[in-house]
Amino acid sequence: MIRIDDLDFSHAGGGFRLHVPQLNVAQGEKVAVVGPSGTGKTTLLHLLAGLLTPQSGTVQVDGTPVPHLSDAARRRFRINRIGFIFQNFELIDYLSAGENILYPYRVTDALRLDASVRARATALAEAVGLGHRLGSKPAALSQGEKQRIAICRALVTQPALLLADEATGNLDPENKQMILDLLFTQAEAAGATLLAVTHDHALLPRFDRVIDFNDFRSKAGAGA
Amino acid sequence: MRGAIFLALAYLRHNLGRSLVLILSIALILFVPLATRQVLSVSEDQLTARAADTPLMVGARGSALDLMMNGLYFSADRPEPVTMAATERIWASDLAIAIPLYVRYTAGGAPVVGTTLDYFDFRGLKVAEGRGLAVLGEAVLGARAARRLGLGPGDLLISDPENLFDLAGSYPLEMKVTGVLAPTQTADDDAVFVDLNTAWVIEGLGHGHDDVVTSGMAVGEAEGNVTANAALTRYTRITPDNIDSFHFHGAPEGYPVSSVIAVPWDQRAATILRGRYLHPEDTTRIVVPEVVVEGLLQTIFRIGRILDAVFVVVGAAAAVAVALALYLSLKLRGDEIATATRIGCHRSAIWRMVAAEVVIIALAALALTGVALGLLGPYLDSLAIWLITS
Repeated sequence: MIRIDDLDFSHAGGGFRLHVPQLNVAQGEKVAVVGPSGTGKTTLLHLLAGLLTPQSGTVQVDGTPVPHLSDAARRRFRINRIGFIFQNFELIDYLSAGENILYPYRVTDALRLDASVRARATALAEAVGLGHRLGSKPAALSQGEKQRIAICRALVTQPALLLADEATGNLDPENKQMILDLLFTQAEAAGATLLAVTHDHALLPRFDRVIDFNDFRSKAGAGA
Repeated sequence: MRGAIFLALAYLRHNLGRSLVLILSIALILFVPLATRQVLSVSEDQLTARAADTPLMVGARGSALDLMMNGLYFSADRPEPVTMAATERIWASDLAIAIPLYVRYTAGGAPVVGTTLDYFDFRGLKVAEGRGLAVLGEAVLGARAARRLGLGPGDLLISDPENLFDLAGSYPLEMKVTGVLAPTQTADDDAVFVDLNTAWVIEGLGHGHDDVVTSGMAVGEAEGNVTANAALTRYTRITPDNIDSFHFHGAPEGYPVSSVIAVPWDQRAATILRGRYLHPEDTTRIVVPEVVVEGLLQTIFRIGRILDAVFVVVGAAAAVAVALALYLSLKLRGDEIATATRIGCHRSAIWRMVAAEVVIIALAALALTGVALGLLGPYLDSLAIWLITS
């Protein structure tokens, strides 16, 4: 699903450099990415999503060489193949929970919003226990509810790869477990690969594999 | 594009106060110059049409504009009056019909126009309710005046006192409304028409009272004139019972009129008539209202140009302010745009979203401006007359 070879990335201003000799993640695998702040965990997710372009190396997602795509093609690839879940949920405050789930369909012509999509959105909301809150605005939702809606938004396009950037970082322990349960359940149901950046080591046993940026080269290099 | 419109509408609804302020601001920026232009345009049309319908006007020397505005629009500007002799002079010339006008008093705030029945024929005024003027003390109301005052045939209307503390001055006269004219969208709609004699009664030149001799109130007699004591009361209402007691003192040719409309038989008669008022010693003058209006329109045109320049500057400043408000709104939506980008939204979709918001605001402002202009429409004539006469 994910294949990275000899990737080199540094920001234009310098001072930060990410080097990944090799990283392979299989289809449907659930991988946790851990490590201190500033080591490049979020950068890795952005490179996989085509939000950043490496200076050299190969980044392939589902067989697609992401850095070699044009800007428009990368955006299309992202909306079709990748689901993003953010630490701060990043829900749109002027839309209801239901419309937030359908947001990807509102901001691109690449996806078509029809009755089946609406039904899927409702089913996802019901699956995460928020079927009754679809009309509520984000301001009226709890932190846990917001993240559940954000997960629904990431899953509604049926992506092949789910990228979660500290998706449980702003949640209390009870909500963390619940969100992780949901993430795993929904990812499994959709057959999606999950790559989740986390600081919470208590959650690590639940993942198939852990990539530690402290010892990135040895662990990542030894992977798959 | 449907997604962009949906998001724009949702955003505007969510920020309803800000959206309404923007829409109202833009609508106001559009409405003020457009409405001003419309009012000016209707005023110009009114001025031109009414002046073109009035061939010649005779009055006292002085401001031709005051004379014309008083005679055509019954404005509060009072030109120096001339006497009825000016009317007789036109009749005696056998070159034109003379229609005297005496516009000095008001009733219920509407100008009281003392004139003859020729005026109604000349202006093509038709009585829509009731009947026309027949006897002393009767009034016929213009359509708007009747509506504003809430009066109709059979009602009573009292002339406005000129000076409450002038006991020796003219007393208000209670007039009987006999008819209401059909609307004409001209200054005639706002006037109260009375016979010239009624206007002179308001002036105090004519009056009615008990017989001085038989009532025992005579205190002296000299050269045929009887002097009454202070107990004598003058009638302030003309009724069938007292109408015969109304009389005028002095020679009628000395009674005042504001102006005289002269309707010459033909162009030749008009030219001859105009020639008769060229003598520098003549205390009366003759004006061609259309020529006076042309001069006035030149001034209005210049004012219009200045107003246009002001509107352009104010409009530009307002447009910059609106653009700034939209830019700041876009900045505030930075997080949303970043999220949309990360999800995979194309840059053009973000611009479409912003464009949809701008277009919706602009369309709403245009619609509001259209509605406001539509609501203004029926009042344009009144506004134009108010603008002309005030």
